[in-house]
Amino acid sequence: MDVIIEILKELHPDVDYETNTSLVDDRIIDSFDIISIVAEIDDRLDVQIPAEEIIPDNFNSAAALAALVKKLEDED
Amino acid sequence: MLFVSYEFIAFTILLFVLYYLLPKKCQWPLLLIASYVFYWIANPYYLIFIGTTTISAFAAGVLMDKAQGRADLAIKAAKEDGSYTSDLKKALKAKAKSSKWKILLVSMLFNLGILAVTKYTNFVITNINKFLEDGAALKAVDLIIPMGISFYTFQTVGYLIDTYRGTVKAERNPFKLALFVSFFPQLVQGPISRYGDLSKTLYGEHKFTEKTFTYGLVRILWGYFKKVVIADRIITAVTALIGDTETYTGAYVFIAMFFYAFELYCDFTGGIDITIGIAQCLGITVTENFNLPYFSKNIKEYWNRWHITMGSWFTDYIFYPLSVDKNMLRLSKWSREHLGKFWGKRLTVYLSAFIVWLATGVWHGAAWNFIVWGLMNFAVIMISQELDPLYLRFHKKFKVKDKAGYGVFEIIRTIFLMSLIRMFDCYRDVPMTFRMVGTMFTRFRLSTFTDGSLLQLGLGSSDYIVLAAGLLIILSVSIYKYRSKKDIRDRLYDTPWIWYGAMSFLLIITLLFGAYGHGYDATQFIYNQF
Amino acid sequence: MKKRIVALISVLVITGIILAFLSCLVMPKYMSGIIEGSLTEEYYDDKAPHEVIFIGDCELYENVSTVELYREYGISSYIRGNSQQLIWQSYYLLEDVLRYEKPKVVVFNVLALKYNEPKSETYNRMTLDGMKWSMTKVNAIKASMTEDENFVEYVFPFLRFHSRWQELKASDWNYLMGKEPVSINGYYLRADVRPETGFPEPKSLTDPAFGSNAMMYLDKMADLCRENGIELILVKAPITYPYWYPEWDQQVSDYAQEKGLTYINYINEMDAMGLDMTTDTYDGGEHLNVYGAEKFADHIGAYLTENYDLTDYRNVPGVAAIWAEKESLYDSILQQQLSEIAQYGELMSFGKNAIEE
Repeated sequence: MDVIIEILKELHPDVDYETNTSLVDDRIIDSFDIISIVAEIDDRLDVQIPAEEIIPDNFNSAAALAALVKKLEDED
Repeated sequence: MLFVSYEFIAFTILLFVLYYLLPKKCQWPLLLIASYVFYWIANPYYLIFIGTTTISAFAAGVLMDKAQGRADLAIKAAKEDGSYTSDLKKALKAKAKSSKWKILLVSMLFNLGILAVTKYTNFVITNINKFLEDGAALKAVDLIIPMGISFYTFQTVGYLIDTYRGTVKAERNPFKLALFVSFFPQLVQGPISRYGDLSKTLYGEHKFTEKTFTYGLVRILWGYFKKVVIADRIITAVTALIGDTETYTGAYVFIAMFFYAFELYCDFTGGIDITIGIAQCLGITVTENFNLPYFSKNIKEYWNRWHITMGSWFTDYIFYPLSVDKNMLRLSKWSREHLGKFWGKRLTVYLSAFIVWLATGVWHGAAWNFIVWGLMNFAVIMISQELDPLYLRFHKKFKVKDKAGYGVFEIIRTIFLMSLIRMFDCYRDVPMTFRMVGTMFTRFRLSTFTDGSLLQLGLGSSDYIVLAAGLLIILSVSIYKYRSKKDIRDRLYDTPWIWYGAMSFLLIITLLFGAYGHGYDATQFIYNQF
Repeated sequence: MKKRIVALISVLVITGIILAFLSCLVMPKYMSGIIEGSLTEEYYDDKAPHEVIFIGDCELYENVSTVELYREYGISSYIRGNSQQLIWQSYYLLEDVLRYEKPKVVVFNVLALKYNEPKSETYNRMTLDGMKWSMTKVNAIKASMTEDENFVEYVFPFLRFHSRWQELKASDWNYLMGKEPVSINGYYLRADVRPETGFPEPKSLTDPAFGSNAMMYLDKMADLCRENGIELILVKAPITYPYWYPEWDQQVSDYAQEKGLTYINYINEMDAMGLDMTTDTYDGGEHLNVYGAEKFADHIGAYLTENYDLTDYRNVPGVAAIWAEKESLYDSILQQQLSEIAQYGELMSFGKNAIEE
């Protein structure tokens, strides 16, 4: 979770990721950011997010993203 | 049978009547029949193409479902007989995935192949001929390009990918799938619907309700108003302006640019309004394709508001898969290690974006104009992306961002930029476009606006009054939506006099001021050809 | 719920009224300048019985003075003619006449045989829009439509003429509720004179045979007359341009003989009727003026009275009263034209000078 928030903070430092739950819907992060996030998660956590998991629900909040990473880790 | 034809209107009215008179379980089969009749009237040969696409997609979907089903069954069996291990599960899943991948690849290449052959053969031939001696030149082939093939092919490919990913279950009824592929209101010019979205309401039983039906009707009338009163009227001037590149240079190019922006907006959004309105009358929800595109403050936002279903199709099915592909991630890692932080972050994103915009350009048409147009969009988006930090610094310093005037400036800037890039699909070829846009800056004469030149373009002063009034109406409705984030119909519906009065008003002004009927050329929807 | 239904119905009614009003407003009025579009509908207003019906194009409605026929012979006639009236239109206008009355004699001008296909949307509209609705009108429209026309636009002329909101004229408002007669029993009177000065040499015919479609309608016309016991006379009006080829003349002659019909080519009788093309035409010889039209009427009227048993309506008081009004209309139009010519040297409220800008 901390790593994820760290990644997100690097992109947009002034967003409160603890509480915001509509990052995609409010267009705070766009498709370019999402790609950066996926690449960073691959780099730092060695978790590969497949294209079909790139849906707004999984990226709308730091918590959702963390849950996704956890789910993918468990599957391995 | 185009949207603006007596035949289409009669066809639709007849469909509405039958749809609500027949037993409810006949509703979706009726839509299928209507869609095939619609296509058959356009050209019976089209049915071969759309039929082939449907059958191949149906088979591929079912096969992928079966491959997944086999793996799930084997896992379940293993769990029961005690031989289950997590490695076994992984192996079975991987096997299912690889056979699904093969099916997807074959069916996707097959359908995109049809699209490529019908739409791009002659483009390739013309370009090959440039390198050949005159005598050896290849002959252009005479191919049927089925109406809306780009739209239904993309829609079908989307369905295949979704089935592969497991986000939707394969459709087991071939006729239902056939309806998804051929649903007639969106055949002509989209939107590109997702199976997961459209199937929610497409096959359901729908009761007639005053609210849904009249909401649909208002939407249809609104669409015809934009299309027939504005787009088909201003097209006269647009055609004149871009047709004579000798006379209409300088300020005329500027006029052409905005007239075309206005025309395209009314034509395309009007057509989509008719599509969504018809679907709504039938109780079916079709995804929105526009969200006040000309209120965008930058190009990225514009592409989130204009032709939304196409943009999201390219993002979901090309941009993301490409960007998170194993090789791309490896490249990303490599670039971060070897090229430093700056390029490490950008290389793969830019590469994916480049490919997406190239594909978007090609999708719009088999011509260099569209390819350049797509890449121009790419360039502008990348530049504004890179300038972002600069903007932030600027805004921190000058604090103009919160002023209302600045928002308007941003909106006008975006409209101007998008209209400028769009000039590539106006003029004959790429060099001509550059030349014409060049004259806009070198030969601009302000007097063009005041010396009556505007009245020489095939539009009289009464036409300009209609256009201005139309613009005012559209602008008011749009500003209402932009400000309140509400559907204006919700506001009008509860007062029946206003509700029906508004419908009557739209009908009368469209009938009276519309550029239709004998004496006006049958104008096609611009997006028909894509 | 009830409130919604009331609102819906009221709005529907109001919308209908507005559209009907707009439709009347934008329909071309054809009251001055180009008046031909009014000819078809004027027929329905005439109360007198007609024993002779002329059907054909401008070679009849500008060349036969109906008033002269009445004055000289007591013949009550009507010309159902329009600009470039094609033969199928003539056929259906005859069918239309038979819905109201049964004439003794029908005179058809054969020039239209040269056209085998629908020609012009404008002329179609001028001929057909004035017809009252019946299956006859439906068939007439179907036979006449050019490729880019649409039947719906005849049912709702508003769809065709709505763009005239941009060019509304004073007459569109003046004649919104009702129109004035522009013809006297289908005759369009012109009193100005422009002598004939010669015509271009006729082009040689590539295919002298009349088209099969045109001939089919001539057959239908002959059959319709026979079934109704009407004498059909084929005529070629005494006008030499557009050129009437000898090959055509021969074909009509043969046809008439085969069907047992009368065919008279009045070009051959121009001298006999005393036509002087230096004084009897208003447009250089393509159409007769009132002086010519009276001479032609005298001539053809004599033939008709001699050969057919026609009533002398001058002795039938009810009809004579109606014709008295026609005569005064005729005379007043003639007087107006003569005074305009005296004052300006040309017509001002008729013909091309009267076309509203």
